[in-house]
Amino acid sequence: MAESLVDIISMLLLLGGGLFAVIGGIGLLRFPDVYTRLHAGSITDTLAPLLIVSGLVLQSGFSLLTFKLLLILLFLLFTTPTASHATARAAMIAGIKPVGGEKTGDKGASSSNT
Amino acid sequence: MTFVLLVTILAIFTTMGLALWRAIQGPSFYDTIVGVNAFGTKTVLLIALITYFTGHADLIDVALVYALINFLAVVAVLKLVRQRDLAAGGEKGDG
Amino acid sequence: MRYFISLSLTLAILWLGLSGVYKPLLFILGGLSIALVVWLTERMEVLGAEHDPGLWSWRLPVYWAWLLWQVVLANLMVARAVLSRKPVTPSLFRVPARQHTLVGRVTYGNSITLTPGTVTTCLRNGDDEIEVHALLPEAADDLHSGAMARKVDWLEGRQR
Repeated sequence: MAESLVDIISMLLLLGGGLFAVIGGIGLLRFPDVYTRLHAGSITDTLAPLLIVSGLVLQSGFSLLTFKLLLILLFLLFTTPTASHATARAAMIAGIKPVGGEKTGDKGASSSNT
Repeated sequence: MTFVLLVTILAIFTTMGLALWRAIQGPSFYDTIVGVNAFGTKTVLLIALITYFTGHADLIDVALVYALINFLAVVAVLKLVRQRDLAAGGEKGDG
Repeated sequence: MRYFISLSLTLAILWLGLSGVYKPLLFILGGLSIALVVWLTERMEVLGAEHDPGLWSWRLPVYWAWLLWQVVLANLMVARAVLSRKPVTPSLFRVPARQHTLVGRVTYGNSITLTPGTVTTCLRNGDDEIEVHALLPEAADDLHSGAMARKVDWLEGRQR
């Protein structure tokens, strides 16, 4: 009984991961400019691996495979921010203006008093 | 269980298709990079899922190596486009 | 010296975890690879403050757990924005980053980027502000409230 409960949780995690990956993919197509698409891409890069790897880890239990899976997850979580930041910075330097523009007015003023 | 794995693999395939569509469509070069980056991370997940689907435990090493290569490739391409030279030094000032 | 020992230990654990074959020949090869990598890092002069094992404290796992939870929450927010019909209202702004150490500031910038909905676009050395691009006003408000900055300060507290 306990075994099948683990199976069910793992199935839900896998399906959830797949669902979030597709949502991120839709966002990738739907959003208007580079920076917003970067945010959509970061859904597929953080939550989807998190859910899918947890689901797979529950399947395999404690083994060498689990170690490697966790290593992949750790590596993805460490590198994707760097890659996103590098892309955003490069686009910024290339002079691509974000949609919505720079809100230095009210937002900037409120941030300076905090 | 096999069925759930198959559904997840198909979902990842869909996402890869969407990311590829974004990469092909552009419009700017950086959109392409965003698409390719998402495509690469999804490939890693796809290989991990296929490992469990087929039961070949060795495939997980391929996923691990692919995760490393994907990151390096994105950063290298960005640097190449920005500086037109992979051997150039780091960013100086605000360029 | 402390750096070399911690690096060698990490590499040894990595080798043992990845190989899965425990024979004398592979142990010898592993030892040789570790020696090669340690020699290369020394030659490239890339071993720095961030490899200090003193940076590992009990606060790090607590921070990671908190950050993972924030990532899940932010993901749900962005997923809702993707599925809703409304157009998104992104914004670009600056938040203060007054962490004392460089490692603390980089941790803060990286945490902002890892959380979906916000991306660090510029973090300069000697500048105590981070430029952030946010997808949603809610995500921007979260950053302005300074909860994450306080958490990084807390993480930094014991490290120096």
